[in-house]
Amino acid sequence: MRYLPKSDVIRREMLSTLGLENVDQLFAHIPEYCRLRRPLNLPAGRSEPEILEDFRALAEDNAAGYASFLGAGAYHHFRPVLIEALISRGEWFTAYTPYQPEISQGTLQSIFEFQTMICQLTGMEVANASMYDGSTAMAEAALMARRLTGKSALLAARSTHPQYREVLATYLQHQPGGLREFGYGESGAVDAEQLERELRAGDVAAVLLQSPNFFGTVEDWEAAARLAHAHGALLVAVIAEPVSLGLLPPPAAADIVALEAQGFGIPVGFGGPYAGVLATRQKYVRSLPGRLVGEARDRQGRRGYVLTLATREQHIRREKATSNICTNQALCALMASIFMAVYGREGLRELAKQNLAKADYAARAFAAAGVELLFPAPRFHELVARPRRPLAEIEAELLAARIVPGLPLGPWYGELEGAALICVTETATRDAIDKLAAAYAAGARRPARQAKEVSLHT
Amino acid sequence: MPEITPENTPALAATHIQSDEPLLFEISSPGKRAWQLPPLDVPEADLELLLPAGTRDDIAGFPELSEIELVRHYTRLSTWNYAIDQGLYPLGSCTMKYNSRLNEVVARLEGLAEGHPLQPAAVMQGALRLMRRLEAALAEITGMDAVTLQPAAGAQGELTGILIIRACLAARGNPRAKILIPDSAHGTNPATAAIAGYRVENLRSDARGLVELSSLERLMDESVAALMLTNPNTLGLFEEDIHRIAELVHARGGLLYMDGANMNALVGRARPGDFGVDVMHLNLHKTFSTPHGGGGPGAGPVAVKSFLEPFLPVPRIVEGEAGGLRLETDRPASIGRVRAFFGNFGMFVRALAYILANGSDGLKQTTDDAVLNANYIRQQLEDSYALPYATPSLHECVFSDRLQARQGVHTGDIAKRLMDYGFHPYTVSFPLIVPGALMIEPTESESREELDRFIAAMRAIAREAETAPELVQAAPHRTRISRLDEAAAARQPVLRWQPKAQG
Repeated sequence: MRYLPKSDVIRREMLSTLGLENVDQLFAHIPEYCRLRRPLNLPAGRSEPEILEDFRALAEDNAAGYASFLGAGAYHHFRPVLIEALISRGEWFTAYTPYQPEISQGTLQSIFEFQTMICQLTGMEVANASMYDGSTAMAEAALMARRLTGKSALLAARSTHPQYREVLATYLQHQPGGLREFGYGESGAVDAEQLERELRAGDVAAVLLQSPNFFGTVEDWEAAARLAHAHGALLVAVIAEPVSLGLLPPPAAADIVALEAQGFGIPVGFGGPYAGVLATRQKYVRSLPGRLVGEARDRQGRRGYVLTLATREQHIRREKATSNICTNQALCALMASIFMAVYGREGLRELAKQNLAKADYAARAFAAAGVELLFPAPRFHELVARPRRPLAEIEAELLAARIVPGLPLGPWYGELEGAALICVTETATRDAIDKLAAAYAAGARRPARQAKEVSLHT
Repeated sequence: MPEITPENTPALAATHIQSDEPLLFEISSPGKRAWQLPPLDVPEADLELLLPAGTRDDIAGFPELSEIELVRHYTRLSTWNYAIDQGLYPLGSCTMKYNSRLNEVVARLEGLAEGHPLQPAAVMQGALRLMRRLEAALAEITGMDAVTLQPAAGAQGELTGILIIRACLAARGNPRAKILIPDSAHGTNPATAAIAGYRVENLRSDARGLVELSSLERLMDESVAALMLTNPNTLGLFEEDIHRIAELVHARGGLLYMDGANMNALVGRARPGDFGVDVMHLNLHKTFSTPHGGGGPGAGPVAVKSFLEPFLPVPRIVEGEAGGLRLETDRPASIGRVRAFFGNFGMFVRALAYILANGSDGLKQTTDDAVLNANYIRQQLEDSYALPYATPSLHECVFSDRLQARQGVHTGDIAKRLMDYGFHPYTVSFPLIVPGALMIEPTESESREELDRFIAAMRAIAREAETAPELVQAAPHRTRISRLDEAAAARQPVLRWQPKAQG
């Protein structure tokens, strides 16, 4: 009970101020049958050392300290120590939603800066204060596109994160119009012919496309936007790895961008909390869900920031709101902001280049070792490899060497049974990459010529 | 605190005004940097070869700053926020309680903060156990049978819950068309019902501030899928007829959904599972003390009775063969997935640590203290502010500005004036059924001394409303900036910084 700032003496005095003899009387109006007549079946309160020990034991049973080649929408990057140092200030993490701007300018200005940096990165004109995560941001983008176009069908690339598509299907299950999908080609990039065939029906509100896509392949935003627009559909650009924007052309041709900001200094942390963001064109701003911060003036004409355009939101519009979303992910957005500000205009490009270089080194190492690589189109930092032996065997070997291998794709893509998605960020050491390649290569025939090619690089 | 008049305000304010902190972009300067990467241990990337379609050459306007400048920027900005760490934060229905530092420490342990959600189950048994333990604790606290932790926030928990209800009713043959929602409800309730494909019908409150049973009897028919009830409601009142309410809803084939936003009034004292609730959500960032973070992240677990378990989102954490835990995705009746991965795992860590630190007896004492604090404020302010409902209340109390409005002083003004006295305001103008509402929830985290300071400030403002209404109407006077013109900001929204035009 160390979190409670009252002694029993004070409790009794307060009760007596209220004219009560015991605390049970405060609950007397709760009907008898509703009241719990026994203690909760939970352990007694524990001390700090006991809790620390408990959680340390849980933490240790999670491959702590292993090298990891998992990505798939949750990316390991170096997190500048500044992030934890700054967000650990109580003024940031123990504040509420900035509904009272006079005493919330810190949060409000930081969100205004976040919105601005997201616009600079994506080539969009407005960005919101953040959404739950990338998957829900994509679902909200789809609903927004339906409102904007008056059309109801949605068309998602199969190469978009499978869990994002599952969330989208959940959000759409009771909305008219339905969700269709289009495939990817041999290169790993969209099958443009199939996309166009699906668009011809003319009922599509938006094309949802991720780049780099789930396989790490870089898509062509402009070509996709041309196709979508030619058939009266919007393009929703989905970005699960924001670090890619340091190097790849921004999705400026898209109408809505649904972005996962986790890669910007938010801990991988078993999947959350993260921060999604929606960005779009100025003309669509009144259809945008989620909180927005805008510039304002006080009575003396000084600049400040406020939550604005609230007439889109549930606390004003109730069932007619653009979304039921209430919270944003302010603290995660703050982490992302600090990350963007630390790396800045040049650093983000350098960081993206290191990712590209590491993944390219891995691809060459795999090829040299004779492991089949699928999808030859340009990629960012993920690649798909199909070794000659069962992934389970490779997994067991690598885990024993304290390396978490790539993600088996079979459960999501039947046609990719036996293939794994491998993510190589700047945090991967050459040594770990070599071990990884060796494990995937065991049992494969090593083509001599490619091996020589690689040796030129070493 | 010295008495504040319009005359001495500028002098006092001078001690509070800090120099303006420009935007990141305005203090940026080309060539500055706060980053350094380790040297590459592999060959440099050949951009033309690897990305033949080209790369972006610049991120125009992106900041360039040094480390010390960033530290000062974010530190200065932080000082402009009010936070729980500084004092009472009595926002009604938001449950702004103390966020323990221990929770922050355990959430940052490497094996919890850096684990990947798609790791093989064999190497994330600790994370799976942690989630199972939290699920079990929340089931015990709510009296429900099964819990999903996946929803990212309360509103997403509501959506999950209503989708579960819809799936259940559809499996019984008819998903039905409407959701009943009391007029005192939070705006997320109707917005959620709409996304789940339901029409919303409003349920009136009676003179006690509780659900009007006659309206419920009239409206509850075979077209109604569920009643979404907040209990205690947004007035802080326990729905005393809950037995009859649940009976009515169930007798006509509907389900009872409970918005658990106000669960801080019940933990250890009453369990929704024992009074007829079929589905409910919890807000870990309210009842279970995970930090609000300036507006998020939250987490909104959903608890259900056993007959609804098949409809919960995938994956479920289940016992594996060899004594370990595994993830189960093959559940044909599931509503699907509502969020990628497991949800806001970092919040699960903190919530479990909170539950363990308090324990069974501490959780009950927490509820008792929260209700005691709210009733203390209610009694101490009853003479100064109008109390629209005399019904006994639990963890929060709602006044109206009826007395002050005669002087032209409204709830929003009183709220702004509270800032001058060093407090964050209460929730303003909500619930909507109370005109000019002041909704106050102190939580258990406040000492009597802090409550007395708040009460003194509220009484002083009530006096000012009589003697110097314009002082209250023009508040705040002591904050860094004065009232901002929100209407103008919405008319011509400026939502991002732009560089000044050249020339």
